Amino acid sequence: MTLTDEPTTAEAPVKEVGNARLRKEDARLITGKTTWTDNMVLPGMLHMAFLRSPVAHATITNLDVSAAKDRPNVVAVFTGQDFKDEQGSIPCAWPVTPDMVNPGHPSIAVDTVNHVGEAVAIVVARTRTAAVDAVEAIDVDYENLPVVLDMETAVQDGADLVHASTSSNTSYHFVFDAGEAGTGSDTDAAFRDAEVTVSRRFVQQRLIPAFMEPRSAVVGVQGDNYTLWSATQIPHILRVMGALTTGIPEHKLRVVAPDVGGGFGGKLQVCPEEILALLVARRLGKPVKWTETRSESLMTAHHGRDQVQFIDVAAKKDGTVTGLRVRLLADMGAYLRLITPGVPALGAFMFPGIYKFPAYRFECDGVFTNKVPTDAYRGAGRPEATFAIERIMDELAVELDMDPMELRRKNWINAEEFPFTTVAGLEYDSGDYEQATQAALELLGYDELRAEQKRRRESNDPVQLGIGISTFTEMCGLAPSRVLGSLSFGAGGWEQASIRMLPTGKVEVVTGSTPHGQGHETAWSQIVADELGVPFEDVEVLHGDTAISSRGLDTYGSRSLVVGGTAVVKAAEKVVAKARKIAAHLLEASEDDLEFSGGKFSVKGTPGAGLGIQEIALAIFAAHDYPEGIEPSIDAEAAFDPVNFSFPHGTHLCAMEVDTETGFVKIRKYACVDDIGNIVNPIIVEGQMHGGLAQGISQALYEEAIYDADGNLTTGTFVDYLLPSAADLPDFATGNTTHAATSNPLGAKGVGEAGCIASTPAVVNAALDAVRHLGVEDILMPLTPERVWRAIHTGGDGGARAAEGSNAYGGARTTESGYEEADK
Amino acid sequence: MTQINVRVDGASYSDDVEPRTLLVHYLREQLGKVGTVVGCDTSNCGACTVHLDGESVKSCTVLAVQADGSEVTTIEGIAEGGELHPMQKAFHEKHGLQCGYCTPGMIMASIDLLKNNPNPSEHEIREGIEGNLCRCTGYVNIVRAVQQAAGKMSSTAGAQA
Repeated sequence: MTLTDEPTTAEAPVKEVGNARLRKEDARLITGKTTWTDNMVLPGMLHMAFLRSPVAHATITNLDVSAAKDRPNVVAVFTGQDFKDEQGSIPCAWPVTPDMVNPGHPSIAVDTVNHVGEAVAIVVARTRTAAVDAVEAIDVDYENLPVVLDMETAVQDGADLVHASTSSNTSYHFVFDAGEAGTGSDTDAAFRDAEVTVSRRFVQQRLIPAFMEPRSAVVGVQGDNYTLWSATQIPHILRVMGALTTGIPEHKLRVVAPDVGGGFGGKLQVCPEEILALLVARRLGKPVKWTETRSESLMTAHHGRDQVQFIDVAAKKDGTVTGLRVRLLADMGAYLRLITPGVPALGAFMFPGIYKFPAYRFECDGVFTNKVPTDAYRGAGRPEATFAIERIMDELAVELDMDPMELRRKNWINAEEFPFTTVAGLEYDSGDYEQATQAALELLGYDELRAEQKRRRESNDPVQLGIGISTFTEMCGLAPSRVLGSLSFGAGGWEQASIRMLPTGKVEVVTGSTPHGQGHETAWSQIVADELGVPFEDVEVLHGDTAISSRGLDTYGSRSLVVGGTAVVKAAEKVVAKARKIAAHLLEASEDDLEFSGGKFSVKGTPGAGLGIQEIALAIFAAHDYPEGIEPSIDAEAAFDPVNFSFPHGTHLCAMEVDTETGFVKIRKYACVDDIGNIVNPIIVEGQMHGGLAQGISQALYEEAIYDADGNLTTGTFVDYLLPSAADLPDFATGNTTHAATSNPLGAKGVGEAGCIASTPAVVNAALDAVRHLGVEDILMPLTPERVWRAIHTGGDGGARAAEGSNAYGGARTTESGYEEADK
Repeated sequence: MTQINVRVDGASYSDDVEPRTLLVHYLREQLGKVGTVVGCDTSNCGACTVHLDGESVKSCTVLAVQADGSEVTTIEGIAEGGELHPMQKAFHEKHGLQCGYCTPGMIMASIDLLKNNPNPSEHEIREGIEGNLCRCTGYVNIVRAVQQAAGKMSSTAGAQA
C-alpha cells in the first residue's frame, strides 16, 4: 500500500530543505504496521512481572516467594538477594560536583525500599497473566522507616534520612557564580546597591512525562550474545551503560529501539527493568519480555521538574536590571538516575534568559526524598529556569508599575548586539527579540485584547481577561563535547552519520539520532536529497539499532537536527568528495574542472557530458574502472561535534479568561512566534511547536504528580493524572522569524522543546494579569479552578489541592482541610 | 476456557479464550493484530479503540467473550482495495500524528465520530475525540485531519447519492 498522494516524480525537486514534505513514517503508523517493542514475540519467550513496594521507606524483614514459585506456568521467581552481586547500580552519568553523594541505585531492592513502586521481586512465567497472577502469591513484610517527602524539611539539620548511609539528604550543592567565573560582576554588591529588589518563591510541581507507549523491553539470547529491544530514546547510551552495569561485554550486547511511541525525556533512561530483563535472560538463558502497565509507568518511570525556586532580582528604578540571584531545591527522588542531578544544573545557564544582567549567582541543592527519581522531561532544566525568570520579570514590572513588555524590551539583548556573551558565559549567536515580539503581538491581536481587558475590569465583569508574556530563549543542540566535559557530564555531545550508496543508486542514511516520533526519516531524507541531488524517495534512513548504527548519542535536548542532521551533511559532503575522484577518472577530466549540481558531475564548459552520483554508485560497485590508490567505495561516515549550543528564542503570548466566581480559567487565544533558525520541514516544525505548547500549557493548567503523606502516588492512573484531551486545549496561532544559527551548516536551532519551555510562564502570567487587581500575587501550578478560586477569595497562592500532601504546596503533610481527621 | 467465533478485519476466527481475556489482548496476542495497542489500564487513553459491529469501542473495556459472534474492525482493516481510508489519508496529510501510538485509536474514534456527525464543528470534534489522548500533537492537526476527512467523506457520499 502506498500513500497515493505522495509525489512520485523521479526527478529531484529543486530544493527539498524547506519543503513541506509529508512524513515517510506515517505509512506504517496510520495502517497499524508498526514495530512497537511489545509486539515482539520470540520463540520460548517468557514474561516478567514485578512485585513492587507498597510503602515509601522500609526495611524488608521477610520475603517468601515459595508459593509464587509453585503457581502454574511460573518458571522462576527472583528477589534482590538473587541479583545483589551482579545488578550493580543504575548509572548516573552526571556527577555535577566532585563531592556529589550518590548512594547507588539497585535495580531491585535488596534490604530496603526507598519509594513506592520500587521492584521487590520478579516473577517469570510462560504468559503475562500467569506472571501477574503469581505476584499476588508473594509474601513480604516491611518494617516502616520515616518517610522523607518535603524538600524544605529534608534539608534541615537532624531531618530523617532517605539513605542511612549518608549524612544528610543533600546529594550536592552546585554553584555558578558569574563573578567568580569572570562572566559577570559581584552579585552581592549588585543587591547591596540595588534601588529595587524583588524576591519570590516559585514552585515547579512534579510532572510525569507520560509518553503514550508504555515502556517495554524484550531480551533475546543467542549463546552469550544478547539483543535488547526496548522502547527507549537512547539505544546507544543504553548499550554502553547496560554493558557496564551487567558485565555483558559491550560487543556482545545489541540494543534495538524499534518504533518508539514518544519519550519527551521519559525514555532517556537506563531503566531498572531493562537491566533486570537482561539479568533474568542471562540467568535463565531464555528470551524474556516485560511491558509495563500505565499505572506501573506513572508510578515507576522517572518524573520531571519538582523544584522550589527562590529567586531575587535587583534593578534600578527605571527598570534596568542589575542582578539576579537564584537558589534552588531540586527533588532528586530516592536515587540518582542517568542525568537526575544534571537537570537543574543545566537550567543554571538559562535563568538570565534574554536579559543583560551584569551580575548573577546560582545555587542548587539536589535533595533526596522517598519518591521515584526525577530526570529529563521535555526541556529538562530550561523550562524551570524560563518559568522563574519570566514570572519574576512580571513581578518586577508590577513593583515598578511598568508595562511588562516595556520592562523586557529595556533589558533584552538587541538584535545588533549578537553575538552576545551572557552573564552565564553562553554566547548567543543570533536572533531578534523585537521582531519576534512584534509579530507575536500582531498574531494575538494584542491591542484589541488589552482594550477588552480594560472594559471588563471597568465593568467589574465576573470573567476577567489577562494577557501573559514569555519572551524566552533556550540552549539547544546538546552539546559541545568539551563544554559537557567541563560540566563533568559523563559523555560527549557529538553525533554520527554514515551514508551508503547502493549499486542501484538508492541511498541508505545511517544516523545515530534515534527518533521516537519526530520525523527524522523524512527530514534526513530531505537533507540528503539536497546534498546528493537524489530523489527524496530514493533515500532510506536507518536508525535505532546498534548493529546497524554503531555510534550515536541519540535524541534529546533538541539536538537531532542541529547535531545529527549536521553529521548527515558532513557525511554527504564526503560521499560527494569521494565520488568526484571517480567522476574525474571516468569523465577523463581534472577534478578541479568538475562541478556537482543536481546529483550530477559535469565538466565545466562542456555541456551535455556528465555522470550522475547514482551511476557512480553502480560503477564503483562493479569497480572495473576506477583510479589507482583509492578504495572502491563512495560510502562515507562523519561525526560532528558542535562548537556552541544553539539558541532558539521566541515571544509567547497567552490571553486568558478567568471566571472569578468559579475559578475556572480558559485560554482565549494563544499566539507565539519562534525563531528556530532555518527550517528543514515546516510541517514537522509546526507539529513540534503544537506538541510542546500542549505540554507546557498543561503544566500550567492540569498536570501534577501528587504524593500523599505516606509517600503514595495519588495520581497513578490517567483518571487522576490529568493529561489534556482535545477538549481541554485551544487552537494555537504560531509563526516564525528566521535568523540562521551560526553554529552549524544547516543554520538550524532546534524546535522540540521550544513550546514546552516558553509556554508555562505565559499562561500563569496571563492568569495573574487577569486577577492581580483583586490582590492575587501568585497561584501555584496547576491552576485548578479550586486554587484560582481560593487565591481570589481567600488570598494566598491557592494552596494545596484537595488531595493532601501536595508536593506543590511545599509541604508533604498538611491538615488544612482536615482530610486526615476525616479518614480516622 | 470459552470458545468464541469472531470476524476480524474480514476474516473469521474461532478460538478458546479465558473468560477474563480483554478483547485488545485477544486481538494482539492471539490474532497478532498488533496494530491495535494498549496505552493505559483505566480506559482513559483510547489507544485501543476498534469498531465492534460498526460502533467505536475501547477494546480494553470489552471482554473477548463479549465479541463472540461479532464483527470487529481494527486499524488494519479499514483500507479497502489498497486505498487508504480517507481518515488515514487525512491524518497523513494534516500531520495529525507524530509518534503514532495513539493514531490507530484516534483514527477509529474519528471515523465513528463522523458516522454520527458527518459535519462536526471544531468544538464538536474536540468534544467527540476527548476519550482519546495524544501526547505529541497538541491535537490541532488531529482536528484539522478530522475536518479534512469530513469534507472528503461527505463529498464522496454526496457523489454516490
